[in-house]
Amino acid sequence: MEKRVRVLVAKPGLDGHDRGAKVVARALRDAGFEVIYTGLRQTPEQIAEAALQEDVNVIALSLLSGAHNHLFPRIVELIRSKGMTDVLMIGGGVIPDSDIPTLKAAGIAEVFTPGTSTVSIIDYINANVK
Amino acid sequence: MDIAEELLSGSRLAMSRAITAVENEYDNAVDIMQQLYAHTGNAHVIGITGPPGAGKSTLTDKLAKEYRSQGKTVGIIAVDPTSPFSGGAILGDRIRMNDLTLDEGVFIRSMGTRGSLGGLSRKTAETIKIMDAAGKDIILVETVGVGQSEVDIVKTADTIIVVLVPGLGDDIQAIKAGILEIGDVFAINKADHDGVDRLNTELEMMLDLNQQKMDWRPPVKRVIANRGEGISELIGSIAQQIAQSRQSGQFSNRRTQRTKSELLAMLDEQIGRRVRKKLSDGGGFDQLVASVESREKNPYIVVNEIMASVLL
Repeated sequence: MEKRVRVLVAKPGLDGHDRGAKVVARALRDAGFEVIYTGLRQTPEQIAEAALQEDVNVIALSLLSGAHNHLFPRIVELIRSKGMTDVLMIGGGVIPDSDIPTLKAAGIAEVFTPGTSTVSIIDYINANVK
Repeated sequence: MDIAEELLSGSRLAMSRAITAVENEYDNAVDIMQQLYAHTGNAHVIGITGPPGAGKSTLTDKLAKEYRSQGKTVGIIAVDPTSPFSGGAILGDRIRMNDLTLDEGVFIRSMGTRGSLGGLSRKTAETIKIMDAAGKDIILVETVGVGQSEVDIVKTADTIIVVLVPGLGDDIQAIKAGILEIGDVFAINKADHDGVDRLNTELEMMLDLNQQKMDWRPPVKRVIANRGEGISELIGSIAQQIAQSRQSGQFSNRRTQRTKSELLAMLDEQIGRRVRKKLSDGGGFDQLVASVESREKNPYIVVNEIMASVLL
């Protein structure tokens, strides 16, 4: 049995919009990934623990509330403190370009903003997953 | 420390990594399972099966909470279907179990069926053993939403709960073979919906018509899982079932059957792997296929020859 890439698609914080996350989840499924979707309004602690239990290779965070500067780095920190050092973490949503360098410095490998095609997300994961 | 040792000393990450190793058939998987086997056999394995949308995940969530309130630790394996086309899957059962995520006495793992057709994934049995070795008292195995005949859970669980909901069909459905024959306990979920009395009657009739003389007559319990109603009564029925099953010898019979079928499956797998290795090492398999197809050779003889050479 060959390895399957497992991706946690997660919605951190107080944000009730998951159309985008569902579209991405579906595209990743069709690309052959096992996608674990945990639903809306997750705390960073819940996301990190779910990632550990599911032993995912990728965490894809979707956020439209504007709290990315706070929540994304917190999730990176929790994941690393659990000893999961090889997880690829990416983010997406309405995120201003000016915030992207800070998020990358915090450990988010790539940020996908509105208009991104699902193909480019899939290609990015395939090229960077460990 | 290696993964098995870390797992036995309580590492959740090691448990998670062990499941991945087994699921992906990594080189260290056999070694891990070998070390864990002596620590298995203690957990009560409860299967939860039923049609899609019956409320299996919600019920699993509520059962886990009830067991936690009794002080028991819980492992949950939630199986969802893998796409036969892309090999991908959406594993969405955790959505109903979010409250359990941060409870350290609970460990939830989602699995794709990865081509298995019996309602479980190929590695469910091994994953149960891993959680068992890690000391989980109760292991809840939620199957994919099943139709009528995906009954692999029979070979896997000590107690099987079949979850049904009103409005899925007439009473002829209740006398068909398959899923309705395997329940130790029946749960009618969404018991506030129309048609619940009728479904209840039909199930009771089906169970009364059972010709086999059984020590255990499966009870039919009504629940409203999303509101948590009827859960403690359902847990009561599960406790009675397992006590009765231990007393009557059915419990150990089932476990013997399970050990037997697992051993046979392991042998099948090992033999299959060896045969394929032999064929790929030896080469010439494509020519063999061509000669069988052109009727130059007989497949029944070819298979005997290959087996003879493998078993030498």
